[in-house]
Amino acid sequence: MNSIILQIASRYLKVLLWSFAVLALLRGHNYPGGGFIGGLLASLSVVFTSLSYSPQKIKNNLRIQPEHYIAFGLLFVLLSVLPGLSGEKFLMEGEWISLYLPLVLTIKLGSPLLFDTGIFFGVIGVVTHFFFTLSTKE
Amino acid sequence: MEILLAILIGLLYSAGVYLLLRRSILKFIIGIIFMSNATNLLVFLSAGIIPGKPVFIGQETETVLQTDPLPQALVLTAIVIGFGIVVFTLALKYKFFNTTGTDDLDQLKKTDS
Amino acid sequence: MNVIALPILFPLVLIILLIFIRSKKIAGLISIFASLVLLAISLYLLQLVIKQEVIVIQMGGWEAPYGISLVLDYLSAIMLVVSAFIILTISLYAFRFIKNENFGSRFYVFFFSITMGLNGAFITGDVFNLYVWFEVILLSSFVLITLGNRKEQLEGGIKYMALNLIGSLFFLAGLGLLYGNTGTLNMAHLAQILQDDQQSLLMNTSAMLFFVAFGIKAAIFPLFFWLPSSYHTPNISVSALFAGLLTKVGVYALIRFFTLFFVQDQVFWHNLLLILAGFTMVIGGMAASTHYETRRILSYHIISQIGYMIMGLGIFTPLAIAGSIFFTVHNMIAKTNTFLVAGLVSKLKGTYYLKNIGGLYKENPVLAILFIIPAFALAGIPPLSGFFAKFILIKAGIEDGHYIITTVAILTSLLTLYSMIKIWNEAFLKKQPESTDMMLQSKLGFLDLFPSILLGAASILLGLFASQIFELTLNAANQLINPEHYIKTVLHLLP
Repeated sequence: MNSIILQIASRYLKVLLWSFAVLALLRGHNYPGGGFIGGLLASLSVVFTSLSYSPQKIKNNLRIQPEHYIAFGLLFVLLSVLPGLSGEKFLMEGEWISLYLPLVLTIKLGSPLLFDTGIFFGVIGVVTHFFFTLSTKE
Repeated sequence: MEILLAILIGLLYSAGVYLLLRRSILKFIIGIIFMSNATNLLVFLSAGIIPGKPVFIGQETETVLQTDPLPQALVLTAIVIGFGIVVFTLALKYKFFNTTGTDDLDQLKKTDS
Repeated sequence: MNVIALPILFPLVLIILLIFIRSKKIAGLISIFASLVLLAISLYLLQLVIKQEVIVIQMGGWEAPYGISLVLDYLSAIMLVVSAFIILTISLYAFRFIKNENFGSRFYVFFFSITMGLNGAFITGDVFNLYVWFEVILLSSFVLITLGNRKEQLEGGIKYMALNLIGSLFFLAGLGLLYGNTGTLNMAHLAQILQDDQQSLLMNTSAMLFFVAFGIKAAIFPLFFWLPSSYHTPNISVSALFAGLLTKVGVYALIRFFTLFFVQDQVFWHNLLLILAGFTMVIGGMAASTHYETRRILSYHIISQIGYMIMGLGIFTPLAIAGSIFFTVHNMIAKTNTFLVAGLVSKLKGTYYLKNIGGLYKENPVLAILFIIPAFALAGIPPLSGFFAKFILIKAGIEDGHYIITTVAILTSLLTLYSMIKIWNEAFLKKQPESTDMMLQSKLGFLDLFPSILLGAASILLGLFASQIFELTLNAANQLINPEHYIKTVLHLLP
């Protein structure tokens, strides 16, 4: 497909989708959202851009290969497990630190967030990999 | 509600089995999708359904009418796995069609016997 | 005790590392080194289990019935060690036998994801977690079986996929019913709840669904058709890996489920298991004897020998379960070895078809010896591992009065012997047929033979130290038959 309207629209939608994805990722521990949903939204932006140009072209110009996204995702997952390995803690037990952003809000950062980030990248990798495998030749 | 869902599961299973027995690979894959959805519903139903009461919202401790959240988590995992598997089967079918040009399961006799 | 999660975490590290490595050679070297480490970890864990019997960790600190527990007992530890050993030999073998560059670096990624899935399935103490590990194994085996995209591979892949997917659906449905009935998925908790369960109709529905699911994975009699039509298609390293490890996970799950918590309707289940075991043995053995392609003969053999493992479970005395476990260990080693030797033969002759092969005994006596060790072990010739495995099973059968299945088991050994002798006669003894030209004159180096030598040595050692191994398996069997200690350790009920 080579529609100019979609191409222009995808430029703006990309920003929107990515920021929404990151938002879904960050609030995901206690509210609807999370790594999987965020990852789907983010990969949607890749899919949308590819459809508005051509999947082949976008695939040839990718900066990071989909399987490397998967590897990064697995790496984050692994990192989130590691804090539990040391000392008396259980494996995969959550570790939390609170971060006070003055005036705005309090963010609680913890190893579950790291895990979610891993899922986020993993899902992006998997979905874009699926998409490019099915929509391009070799 | 449970009865309705049980009937739906039965319908999905029978439709899935019917499609599995067809000769086309694509219909086979659709059959797999039907059956996996039926199974997901079955797991979901295993906790029973309490209408109108979401799980754990706010801080209210109304223990009587809460749905068991575990099957929902299980189903979520199963859906994700099913999604991956369906895409893999579609990719396999696509490759197979490209190399042999056939969608007919009866043509797949070479590796038997 | 977090160390028992290492067999899962270590392959995960390797997967991440191997995704970035493009060179087949470097990936191969890493994989050999890593499988050595994995073997060391597994041996250490076996050591720990011998000291402490059951080791448990609760993931994320959530107490037993609520969180996911990882449990290591004798059976899991034995399976871990044997599968780590097989993985070591396969990675040595793949180093020489995987040709294509692009294919090669990808092979190792999925090789270790299968390893992770296997180890996870052996260690986990939670039914749903077991399902997830099964899916990990299944998806990576899909990729491995179709890696290379040849036409037969895709065709075999579709057949493999079809039945195994249906198997997973059965697993999930059984799991849903089980949860609906009991409200828990922790195996130890399930065992505690189901100990004095009276509503066996509902439980039997769920048990039957699980049985079909694991039966498909383990290739039991009416459900084995995917195996012989797909195992001979991929690269021989992949075939050997699948032959040695995949069906055995199904057997492991059957042993675990039907000793720990599906113990209500014993008469029905044990009769069913015994009948299916008999059919599995005979039909696998007979089908093997009609074929002339090495890999197909060996594939049917896998099915035939699954029958023995199920037979031990069906007799259900400590001795019989010990026999099952011993047989599984022996079979994993010997079966992988026969596949490796078949690969070596085809490297020399360029084909797996027995009618076009001949004269190998004169050309390469070492290869002949390497074949004769696993072949005799599988047939059950005395000093080797298979004899003791079968002996224990048959002794258990006679002691418990199961004469029919015992007779069937003895007769099936003859079928096994027949098809092994057929391979021996056709490939090694008879002269090279005139019609085929001897274009391929590749030599086998020591590195090609080494994995097969390792496995052959393991078969002999299993035979020589049979009493020690038997003691270990008997401990495992006693632990399975009397699971009170297991249940109490997992649920923290010990004082």
